[in-house]
Amino acid sequence: MTSYIIRRLLQIIPTVFVALSFLFFIFFLLPGDPARLIAGGAERNVDPGVLERVEARYGLDDPILTQFGNYWERTIRWDLGDSFLTRENVNDILGEKAVASLRLATWAIIIEIVVGIAVGLLSAIRRYSIGDRLTTILTAAASAIPVFVLGFVLQYIFAVQPNKWDWPEWARLRTSGIGPDTWTFFFIPTGEQWRYLILPAITLASVTTALLARMTRGSMLEVLRADYMRTARSKGLGERDVVLKHGLRNAMLPVVTLIGIDFGTAIGAAVLTETTFNWPGLGSQIVNSVQQRDLPVLLGLTLAVVLAYAFVNLVVDVSYAWFDPRIRLGKGEHA
Amino acid sequence: MTLIDQGAPTAIEGAPEPTGVEGLGAARPLRADVWRRFRRNRLAMVGLAFIVLLVLVAIFAPLIAPYSITERVSGSARQSPSLDHLFGTDAIGRDVFSRVVYGARVSLRIGILSTAILLMIGLLLGATSGFLGGGTDTVIMRITDVFLAIPYIVLAVAIATVLGRSENSIIIIIGVIGWTSIARIVRSSFLSLKRLEYVEAATALGFSRLRIMFRHILPNALQPIIIYGTIAIGSVVLTEAALSFVGVGPQDPTPAWGKMVADAKSSLTNAPHMLFFPAGAIFLTVLSFVFVGDGLRDALDPKLK
Repeated sequence: MTSYIIRRLLQIIPTVFVALSFLFFIFFLLPGDPARLIAGGAERNVDPGVLERVEARYGLDDPILTQFGNYWERTIRWDLGDSFLTRENVNDILGEKAVASLRLATWAIIIEIVVGIAVGLLSAIRRYSIGDRLTTILTAAASAIPVFVLGFVLQYIFAVQPNKWDWPEWARLRTSGIGPDTWTFFFIPTGEQWRYLILPAITLASVTTALLARMTRGSMLEVLRADYMRTARSKGLGERDVVLKHGLRNAMLPVVTLIGIDFGTAIGAAVLTETTFNWPGLGSQIVNSVQQRDLPVLLGLTLAVVLAYAFVNLVVDVSYAWFDPRIRLGKGEHA
Repeated sequence: MTLIDQGAPTAIEGAPEPTGVEGLGAARPLRADVWRRFRRNRLAMVGLAFIVLLVLVAIFAPLIAPYSITERVSGSARQSPSLDHLFGTDAIGRDVFSRVVYGARVSLRIGILSTAILLMIGLLLGATSGFLGGGTDTVIMRITDVFLAIPYIVLAVAIATVLGRSENSIIIIIGVIGWTSIARIVRSSFLSLKRLEYVEAATALGFSRLRIMFRHILPNALQPIIIYGTIAIGSVVLTEAALSFVGVGPQDPTPAWGKMVADAKSSLTNAPHMLFFPAGAIFLTVLSFVFVGDGLRDALDPKLK
């Protein structure tokens, strides 16, 4: 087990290296000059002297391979540098954005797990019932709406309409920004905070919840046909135990994989939800940095996102052994 | 997955199921059988009908659209739907109905061409990876990991800055980014199929690797590719919308649905119709491809029924 984890951790290194190097070189292919940006704007005329000093200070006049080497030398020491645009330390930006992203991602995943598994399970047990058919259609529908359209529709229903019809204060939700930043135990929104959290969390969870419900249903249906389910029933176990202990746990393997991937993605790639609700997370900041050619921020935050994604995947793979003790990690492929 | 029900009925009447291949190596169903089973799936038929309608709309767009995509009706920006403008007008007074109609061309073109690109890349890499195995497999799978690790929108924005922001660059971007899933699907099919006897026979007969990969194995690995490809056309339409939303999509006056939705965000309160109609077109299109893909899966693999 330990050697498996170590081997997996070592595997992350080349992935991270190639991913970031790729972005690094793409950045130098982009039109426009980062020195000009640091010196005060891409559009305005900048004094050539200033430009030279900026280039020297940030090492932008070095050959690209030297810059590349320097970048990795700094990155290994987790010295992520300062933003080209705001001069802010990338670690500070990372801290602030990662917190917002983690909170949003956690609540989206909670919604996904609770709703997705419950709906998928019920749908599988009551196969061909009206509820099951409705689930099939609704889950397909949820994954066919562009995320930001769903966000707009929710904003329209819960913010535009309540103002128009003068709904009571408690029924009004906020559609923009991060709110008063009142959290207990890091993850629990208190006071006004939940009004800001709930719509983006639902929006971010929508597509993945639908996919998880479908996955749970499919996986459950396969398990329900298994011989050991009949055995469990015939030895007199209650239906509840049969379905939950023998069925669900065995059906969880693909489901857990999906949840892991979703959580990894929700941390760094919730760009559409974050933009729609002005939630200041990692994904939208990374996209802004690409557009503004802010290399240190782009690379620093991407590094964090890629590491988080790899780590979550590792946790998922290790959790397989718990869900299915027959899987021995590190002993051959189990894919 | 790990639990294969041994008692499950075999794929085709009486045909023995090769172990560990999960139906891939089973006899391919007859086309007529597939169509008969597909026809019984009501959702899939509705989806298919909508896709046919969409293709017709795309072909006959100039006959259907009452206005051109650039024509501005003076003094009538953000008009609500009326008999003159079935879907209303947009922020600069263009007819939304005409733009949605012409948008069918854009979306189908992006959907089909991007899917073709991503299938081609995924197929080549997946087939090579699964068939050759060893070092080649490791390298290709690590590349896949890299593509999965970087959020796709970041990649898209970066590539778009190099390629520019046109319909064609969007097609390339989505194709270049989206191949990872199909590569994995094809790889796992090839991994199991290459161990079968007929591949051994073909190798013994001295056929070249390329011939074995594409003439012998590929036809037996087509089912998941067809199913995935169908659904992918819909996903591409969704991706185009997402990219337009972050400002990477085709530029005005191209009537891409995603672009129209993205443009409507500032008019949400006073002109929701600008959002509703193109968003509805995206929704119905994606849904149709999902239903047809699901229907194909059930029809091609009756074991799952």
